[in-house]
Amino acid sequence: MRFFRRLLGRESDSPPPPSPSAASETVPLPSRSEVGWATDVGRLRDHNEDTALVVTAAQDGDSPFPSFELLVLADGMGGHRAGEMASSVAARRAAYHITRQSYLPSLLDRQGDANRPALTEVLINAVQSANRAVSEEAPGSGTTLTCALILGSQAYIAHVGDSRAYVLTEGGLEQVTQDHSVADRLVDLGQITPAEAAVHPQKNVLYRAVGQSTALEVDTHVRKIGPGDYLLLCSDGLWGLISETDIVGLIRGASSLQEACEDLVIAANEAGGRDNITAMLWRAPRE
Amino acid sequence: MTPSDPLETRQIEAFQPSSEESPGDGRALSGNHQPQSSEVTGPKPVQIEGRLPKGHLLQDRYRILTVLAVGGMSAVYKAQDLRFSKVTRVCAIKEMISSAKAPDVRAMILRNFERETNILATLNHPGIVQVYDCFTDGDCSYLVLEYVRGKDLEAVLDETKGFLPEEKIVSWAIQICDVLSYLHSHEPRPIIFRDIKPSNVMLDEYGRIKLIDFGIAKMFQSGKKGTMIGTEGYSPPEQYQGLADPRVDIYALGATLHHLLSKRDPRLEPPFSFHKRPIHETNPNVSRELLDVVNKALEYDANNRYGSAEEMQRALTSLRSARDVAGTTAFGTSVTVGSEITPLWRFAFEDEVRSSPTVDNGTVYVGAYDHNLYALDAEAGEFLWKYPTDGGIASSPCVHDGIVFVGSSDRILYAVGARDGRIRWTCPTEDRIWSSPRAAFHHVFFGSDDRHLYAVNIQSGRIAWTFRTDGKVRSSPHVGDEAIYVGCEAGVVYAVDTGANVRWRFRARRGVTSSPVATDEMVYVGAHDRYVYGLDVRSGWLAWRYRTDGSVISSPAVSKGIVLVGSVDGYLYALDAESGRLIWRYGTEDQVTSSPAVHGDAVYFGSVDGSIYSLDTKTGNLRWRFQTDGPVTSSPAAVQGVIYVGSSDRYLYALPA
Repeated sequence: MRFFRRLLGRESDSPPPPSPSAASETVPLPSRSEVGWATDVGRLRDHNEDTALVVTAAQDGDSPFPSFELLVLADGMGGHRAGEMASSVAARRAAYHITRQSYLPSLLDRQGDANRPALTEVLINAVQSANRAVSEEAPGSGTTLTCALILGSQAYIAHVGDSRAYVLTEGGLEQVTQDHSVADRLVDLGQITPAEAAVHPQKNVLYRAVGQSTALEVDTHVRKIGPGDYLLLCSDGLWGLISETDIVGLIRGASSLQEACEDLVIAANEAGGRDNITAMLWRAPRE
Repeated sequence: MTPSDPLETRQIEAFQPSSEESPGDGRALSGNHQPQSSEVTGPKPVQIEGRLPKGHLLQDRYRILTVLAVGGMSAVYKAQDLRFSKVTRVCAIKEMISSAKAPDVRAMILRNFERETNILATLNHPGIVQVYDCFTDGDCSYLVLEYVRGKDLEAVLDETKGFLPEEKIVSWAIQICDVLSYLHSHEPRPIIFRDIKPSNVMLDEYGRIKLIDFGIAKMFQSGKKGTMIGTEGYSPPEQYQGLADPRVDIYALGATLHHLLSKRDPRLEPPFSFHKRPIHETNPNVSRELLDVVNKALEYDANNRYGSAEEMQRALTSLRSARDVAGTTAFGTSVTVGSEITPLWRFAFEDEVRSSPTVDNGTVYVGAYDHNLYALDAEAGEFLWKYPTDGGIASSPCVHDGIVFVGSSDRILYAVGARDGRIRWTCPTEDRIWSSPRAAFHHVFFGSDDRHLYAVNIQSGRIAWTFRTDGKVRSSPHVGDEAIYVGCEAGVVYAVDTGANVRWRFRARRGVTSSPVATDEMVYVGAHDRYVYGLDVRSGWLAWRYRTDGSVISSPAVSKGIVLVGSVDGYLYALDAESGRLIWRYGTEDQVTSSPAVHGDAVYFGSVDGSIYSLDTKTGNLRWRFQTDGPVTSSPAAVQGVIYVGSSDRYLYALPA
C-alpha cells in the first residue's frame, strides 16, 4: 500500500503541493500507533509510589519492520520511601531485560532464532529479574509489575499484582490481567461476590507481588490489538475509584491519548484521589 | 509509607514463611522426621525369605527366581514363565495365603478372589500393572502379574536427598489421575482403588507410573470384620466409615502429593491434619498453584474436593510446572469407545498410501507409492482415472481451477486435468519433490529437494520465480494474505512475499519438514529439534515454543485458539495458540507424523501404531479409533462428514466422521 502510494505520489505532476488537510482527505497518511501516559500522587498521599516507563522504537524505510513498544507500570508498597524505590527498580530492571533480550539483538540481526528466548519467556524472565533486583535493592518492600510489549499490533503481557491491563474495543472494555489480591481470589473460589470484594477488608492484600519471595509465578497473556483498539494499563488508584463505564467514556471522549490519560487522572482525583494514580494508553494503527 | 499509616491499606500477605525463620526451620523439621519415618516403613530386610524356595516350579510353568517382598500373609516373587521357551519372559507372582479356617468362608474368599482378578484382567491401561494369570494351589492363591522394572515412589522418596522437583511430581500426579479416571469410569461399576500411597505407585524405567496392589491381598485378611481397605494417614475420613467413592482416591492422591512435596510422612502425623502443616513449612519452593490443587484434593468434606479425577487432572495440566515437563504427563486413555466404526468404503492400491488425499467436487485425489495419481469417486470409492508418474508419490495433490497438481519423487511437478486425468503441463525440478503444492494468486507454490521454492503459473506451467533456501524444501508452503511461509531441512522458516522477497526468516535448531500454518497473529510450525514454535506473523520473532519428546514432522492445524500437532514421541498435542501452554495431549502407541485435520468439534489423525483416531478437540477425549493393518503416516482429509485417509496397508479408507 505504502509502496503504491509513494509511486503515485511521484507520478502526480501538475497540481501544486496540496495543503496538509486536503492531503489527509484524499490520500490518508499512514496510520501509526499512539501512546500516552499520566501519573499523579493523588490527593491524600505525600509521594507517588507508582512508576510508568515507556520505550518506543520503530524502523521504517524500504524494508519496514513491526514497531517495538514497551509499556511498564509498577505500583510499589513499603514504608520509608521503599515503595517508590521498589516500583522504580522493578520497572527499570524489567525494561532493561526486555529490550536487551528482544529488541537490541534485532538491530544486529532481524532473523528470528530458536537460540534466543521466546518473547513469553523473555517477559517472564524480565519480571523474575525485577523480583531479584527489588529483593536486593529495596528489601522489605514490594511492587506490582505489569509489562506490555507490543510488536506491531500484537501485545505480549506479563503481570504480577493488582495493577491491570485492559483492552478497549468496539465491544467494550475487557480486563486482560487477573488481580493477585486475596479478595479477587475469594471471588474466584465463589466465597464472596464481586460486590462484597469491593468492600472486603482484604481488598488490597496481595498474595503475589514482586520482591516478596525467591520463586515468583508470572502470568502471561498474548492479545492481538485490532485496528484502532486501545490497550490500557492502570494502577488500582484508577480502577478502584472510577467505574469502567467512566473509564470508557473518558478515553473515547478525549482528542488524544495523552489527554485521555490526564482526564482519567483528574477523574480519579475528583473521586477522592485516595491512592497514587497512573494510566497508560496505547492505540493500534487504524490501518 | 509507614505501616501505621492509615492510608496504606495494602499489605502483602506472607503465604511463605518470612525469610527470618524459614530456611532453618524447614531443614530442622524434615531432619527430625526422617529417622522416625524409616522406623515405621521398616528398614528393608537385606535378605528376604519367602515360602517358596528359589527354583520352585508353580503349575509346571512359573519358575521362582527371587523373592521381591514378603508381608504377613502374602509374598511377591520374581518368576520366569517357561511357556515362552525362546525368550526369557519374567513376571511377578503374588502369593496370598488364606487365613480363614472355616470351609465356607474360604470358598467365599476364593470366589471373591476370582471375581476381582477377572475384573482386573479385563483392565487395559498403560498405568495399571497387567494381570496375566491366576490360580489357586492348596491354601494359597496366586496372581501372575506384569513385572515392572523400576521402584515405587516410597523408595524414590527415601533415596532422594532434598526435595523432588515439582515438575516430576506434577507429571506423576497427572498420570495417576489418568489411571484413576480410567478406573472410575469402569463399566458397569466404577473401580475405586482405595489405597493410593507412594508405595503402591511404581515408577518404571521410562519414568512412567503404574499402580500396583489392587487391594486383593486385603480380602485374604478376613476374620476381622470391617477391616478398612486403605492406609491410615492417606485415607480420607469417610473411608473409615467404609464408604468408597471416587473422591476417596482423590483425597489419597492429595495425601500422597503432600507427602512427596513436603517429605513429611502422614502416617506419623495425626489423621486429617494436612491443613495444619502446610507444605511450605518444609518446602518453600512449591508453587502456589500446586499447593491450591493439593489442598483442594485434601478437603475434609468430600463435597469440597475435586469432583472427579478428570477435573483434578485438568487443574494439574494447567499448572506452569506441568507445561515445563517434557515427556510423560498423561497416557492416552484406552479405547473405550468402539472399533465399531465401519468404513463407508475402502480402495485397494498396489502400494502404500503415504500421500494425503485431497477432496474436490465429489472426487478424491491421492498419490500412491506405486507412482500413480488416482482419482476416485468420493461417494462410492470407485476408480475414475489414474495418471502414472515415474516415481513414488508422497506429497499430496492440490486442486485449483479444474487442474490437479502433484509432485513426484521423479523430480517433476504434474498438472493433470481434474476431470479427465490428462496431462496439461509438467514442471521439472533438479531433485525429488516431497513438498505438497498449494495454489493461490494464479500460481502454484511448492518446494523441491533442489533447495528451491517454486512459483509456477497455473495455466501455462511457466516458472514465475524460484526462491533459493538454505536446504531441501520438504515442508509445504502456506499461502497467507501477506506472505508465503515455508520451512526447509536446514531449519529455516521463511516468510516470502509474492515477489519472492524475504519478509523475515526464523532459524530453528534443526530441520523443518513440518508445514507452517499462519493466522492473523501467528505462524505455527514444528521442527526436528522437538519443538513446536509460535512465531509472530509480522516479524518472525519467536513468541513461544513448546517442547515435545520427539521430532515434530506433523504439520499443525489451528482451530478455535488451539494448535493441534503430532510428535514422533507418540502424542498428539493441543496447545493454547496464544501462549503455547499445553491444553491436553493424547498418547498413541507409536509415532504421530500424520498431520491432524479438524472437522466440526473433532480432530482426526493417524499414528504409526496403525490406527486412525478421532478426538474431541476441546478435551482430547477419544471419540473413536479405527485400526488399519499398517502404519498411518498419511494425513486425513475431512469433507462433509467423511474422513478420507490412506494407510501403509495399501488401502484408502472413507470413514464416517
